[in-house]
Amino acid sequence: MTVRIDVTAPDDPRGAHVVANAPLVGVVALAGCRVTRVHHVEGDVTATQIAELCEQVLVDPVVDSSIVDGVTPAQGRVVEVALMPGATDPDARELEQAARNLGLPAIRVVTARRYDLIGELSDTDVATLTRRLLANDTIEISTEGELPAEFAGAAEADVRVDLVPLDSLSDDELAQLSHERVLSLDLREMQAIQAHFAAEGRHPRDAELETLAQTWSEHCVHKTFRATIDLTHTAADGTVTRTQHDGLLPALREVTEELDPPWLRSAFVDDAGIVAFDDEFDIAFKVETHNHPSALEPFGGANTGVGGVVRDVIGVSARPIACTDVLCFGPADLPDDQLPTGVLHPRRIRDGVVAGIGDYGNKLGLPTVNGAVLYHEGYTANPLVYCGALGILPHGSHPTKPEVGDRIISLGGRVGRDGIHGATFSSAGMDASTVDHVGSAVQIGDPITEKGLIEVIERARDAHLYNAITDCGAGGFSSSVGEMGEDLGVDVDLSAVPLKYPGLQPWEIWLSEAQERIVIAVPPAKLHMLRDLCGAWDVEVTDLGTFTGSERLVVRYGDTPVVDVPMAFLHDGIPRREMDAAWADSAPTDVVVPAIGVSHVLRLLAHPNVASKEDIIRRYDHEVRGGTVVRPYVGPEADGPADAAVLKPLGTAGTKAVVLSNGICPSVGRHDPYAMALLAMDEAVRNLVAVGGDPDQVAVLDNFCWGDPTKSDRLGSLVRAVQGCTEGARRYSMPFISGKDSLFNEFDGEAIPGTLLISALGLVPDLHRAIDSAGMADGDDVWLVGEHQRALGGSLASDEFNLGATDVPTPLHDPLPRYRAIHAAIASGLISAAHDCSDGGLAVAVAEMAIAARLGVTINVPADGFDPATALVNEAPGRLVLTASVAERPAVAAMLGEHGRRIGSVTGDTSVTLGEVVVPLDQAVAASTKGLVG
Amino acid sequence: MSTPPVLIPHASGTNRDEEAAQAIRLAGGMPTIAHVNELRSGEVRIADYAAILLPGGFSYGDALGAGGRFALELRTWFADELAAAAAAGKPMLGICNGFQVLVKAGLLPGPMGKPRSVTLTENAEGRFECRWVTLRIEASCRSGWLGSVGGTTIRCPIAHGEGRVAVADAATADRLEDGLVAFRYLADGTRPTSSHPNAASGAYPANPNGSVNDIAGICDEQGTIVGLMPHPEDHVLAWQRPSGPEGGSGLPLFEAFVAGAR
Repeated sequence: MTVRIDVTAPDDPRGAHVVANAPLVGVVALAGCRVTRVHHVEGDVTATQIAELCEQVLVDPVVDSSIVDGVTPAQGRVVEVALMPGATDPDARELEQAARNLGLPAIRVVTARRYDLIGELSDTDVATLTRRLLANDTIEISTEGELPAEFAGAAEADVRVDLVPLDSLSDDELAQLSHERVLSLDLREMQAIQAHFAAEGRHPRDAELETLAQTWSEHCVHKTFRATIDLTHTAADGTVTRTQHDGLLPALREVTEELDPPWLRSAFVDDAGIVAFDDEFDIAFKVETHNHPSALEPFGGANTGVGGVVRDVIGVSARPIACTDVLCFGPADLPDDQLPTGVLHPRRIRDGVVAGIGDYGNKLGLPTVNGAVLYHEGYTANPLVYCGALGILPHGSHPTKPEVGDRIISLGGRVGRDGIHGATFSSAGMDASTVDHVGSAVQIGDPITEKGLIEVIERARDAHLYNAITDCGAGGFSSSVGEMGEDLGVDVDLSAVPLKYPGLQPWEIWLSEAQERIVIAVPPAKLHMLRDLCGAWDVEVTDLGTFTGSERLVVRYGDTPVVDVPMAFLHDGIPRREMDAAWADSAPTDVVVPAIGVSHVLRLLAHPNVASKEDIIRRYDHEVRGGTVVRPYVGPEADGPADAAVLKPLGTAGTKAVVLSNGICPSVGRHDPYAMALLAMDEAVRNLVAVGGDPDQVAVLDNFCWGDPTKSDRLGSLVRAVQGCTEGARRYSMPFISGKDSLFNEFDGEAIPGTLLISALGLVPDLHRAIDSAGMADGDDVWLVGEHQRALGGSLASDEFNLGATDVPTPLHDPLPRYRAIHAAIASGLISAAHDCSDGGLAVAVAEMAIAARLGVTINVPADGFDPATALVNEAPGRLVLTASVAERPAVAAMLGEHGRRIGSVTGDTSVTLGEVVVPLDQAVAASTKGLVG
Repeated sequence: MSTPPVLIPHASGTNRDEEAAQAIRLAGGMPTIAHVNELRSGEVRIADYAAILLPGGFSYGDALGAGGRFALELRTWFADELAAAAAAGKPMLGICNGFQVLVKAGLLPGPMGKPRSVTLTENAEGRFECRWVTLRIEASCRSGWLGSVGGTTIRCPIAHGEGRVAVADAATADRLEDGLVAFRYLADGTRPTSSHPNAASGAYPANPNGSVNDIAGICDEQGTIVGLMPHPEDHVLAWQRPSGPEGGSGLPLFEAFVAGAR
């Protein structure tokens, strides 16, 4: 029998949340909303046993009321929402487990949410609320009224392997096949596959075609980054230069090999980059993107984005210790009539993404400590979600060589149809119909299963139970097993794979991107130890097959052949692309800079890209693991933005700490992507130095989010940005240790602004000497390092005051001496506070320090031959504001030398005095934390 | 002085167990983190420990309400061992998820088996929140092992979505005020410069979750079992504190806990 149990808490804040958000989607008549948790329980259970289940786990006697198998009287219009069958449903799983714990007969459960919408609502109102606030039809089903329970059947595969004849297909038909099957392969790649199977004298099986498409996807093989590219570049002054590029990725790796610092452990070859922390431990860092999924299902997309990047770190045998996130959204106040069809509102995307990141990171017990949030029209249809993870591992503890005879072992989650075509889907642009085609590419994560993987892998690593490890990400087994077995060959039997629900064909099992899985190579003699370990930690173990030495990828379902291709063709058979790129930097314009007054400074402080993100940050646990030294928000009121995060990894000795920072300035890239790369690197470094990081041991990560690279202007700006990165790595002596590109961020042919995120990882030699932007005392001197520049292109002021500037700041040629001087002063304990000048220039930097410390600051704005307004708001690189006590003035002057000069002092009064401009501190605080009033 | 063995049970989804272990070590105890499966199999025995610390995290993902399934496991698998530990006067401390588990299991304020009249539910703001707060250990609390630190304050972070202490009725609130309130949020609790800490009077964000009477933690009738939502284990070293005044370490709380286990 099936029993329905409704549970509701009268003051459930989720109802109030719906009411508060209704006016934002144009529904003003919603007066109240009651949320009910619905459970459909199927099984041979008595009414008494149902009552026991309710009393023991389902119903909180203090706050809940419940109705068993009755109809909850409607309060207004009723909408019910449920996950699509087969989606991860932790509540259902836990209720089933609770029944087992209580010794009840086995039950199966599906859950739903019921909303009672109170008020004079029209049909349109109910439809709008359902579509925009209550349900996401990418992963959920909804209806007005009661939703019947849908149980999935028993889990068995549908063993069908289809042949896909290619031999007779014309070029047009090959292209069409690629499109229809979401293979995202171009004609030359389809022809290469056609030729391979013609030579073998047979038709490819569906799984073989899919495996090749995954392995050859932009997402997995980075074909644009490996292509040969001819670039035509037109500089701002009209000079045209033609250059040939023999691969962008090789160019980035080449600088790293050239720099090759002694503390570099591993770059580019694995799931994450690795550098030395101390004599005992190494640190692994990886930043990924999860843009396409987050556009369709923000919570699930961001949720699994965190899960994915954390697995990258587990995939180098590291224990994850922190997360970072950098987010780009459309304007939160975008009018509804400017929202393209098929696109979620930026506010909803933002709220979902933030909730998804918090949910996963918090539940893994990882502090989310560093990040940024940018708003721009260009991200409305294509939000960017960069997720980073940091991990720690004993030096030399990460094995990377599987051996012939090792078992191929999958650990963690079960396989469903979820995430199929994720890799190929993210290798194409989107439009209004994308949801219908690739809804299955979006999933919701299960952080508790991943937490089990973290615990098990750390222990398996320390017990030397595996010879190689990789995470299951895009492409699922096809990618992870295919890559791990590249040198040896594998024999895999898919019939051993536990499924979430029935009906999966072998190719779907092989390609599924179901989350929370890790694949390891285990010597047969150690398998029983691994099984014991996993049993103790409730982690599911699946023996998929063996590393053979045949140098072929062989996949079977029992005796049915599914895939049989040579590893050489799979990994090296892809034709190298030859691409053309063209880019013209913006020509300079005449810029008239208005005089800057109090209202201008307040507008800059209240700009969404500058104003406090505390609402978002507080949704993330930034304290767990007890190692946070410099937090995201600092100062006595904990509302001043920090430059970078400093972390002392739990369990490490001594005083060394890790510092994480980032740099991102897409508004510069519109005019000059080469300069953008150098300026983003500078921002990352000055943030890192500002909290006490050592500029002489910094590793960086690149993350490129761009439009369709087959269009020459997109590719042109990408090549210019990569050139900027390689030049920056040399100028700053900072190797790239890992990177990622997410291309095809387009909607209806409109691309996002080419956006490069530079993430920096460094060390603070003594955590007691870490500082923040709020540590100054009344009477301290204020120092400025660095020089202004006239160029305002890409600056916040140009955007906010519509200056139309296109001329961007000139990057630093020899940046290290100034950063070494600053670092020496901070490491000597001379500096009480530091903050970098970035968005909004000196004006915002000084105001933010005053806000953080709740102290007045007075500076004489050094004009340096510029008008005072330009001096206040330009965003020239290499500048930091420092404070130090008057007593230390000679020492600070000696250490900063030519790089620094004294520009003012910290005062006991209540204003931020920027030359002639006197901003009341309370107004600055209000603009930063509450926005502009009136 | 002896170093009493302290058990830190770990269920799937538990975290902050390692920080709890660090706090116990610094306080002079000998921590052991053991998975519930090890307790169930008998590999690790509750009886062999002098104190039990239920750590924070999201046991079983907090599905069906925070701590619900772990609480069910305590009731169905370990009720006798826990009763024996309580009878022997062994201190038991639940932090965050551990507090939720103790409340949902009926151990706080107890006694187990009676209908519950106290719970921990969704924050009034309706969302997870992480921020530093100021707590006072109530001098009026009847817990014996807390006595030595009664009246002192602790600054430490909260990080929870379901931390609002709610009671069934006014009588229950009165009962808690009769020596069962162990920790209370103070005004200006998020403001580290606060120099005149007074009770938070329900105001967000000093009282970060809307708990009745600013209650951050409670104890049972015997005073051996104590639970709280904030994380004193994240402030046991001076550098863990954000900029602001000295003091407010959580370490004395753990020292009192370990001393109670001796």
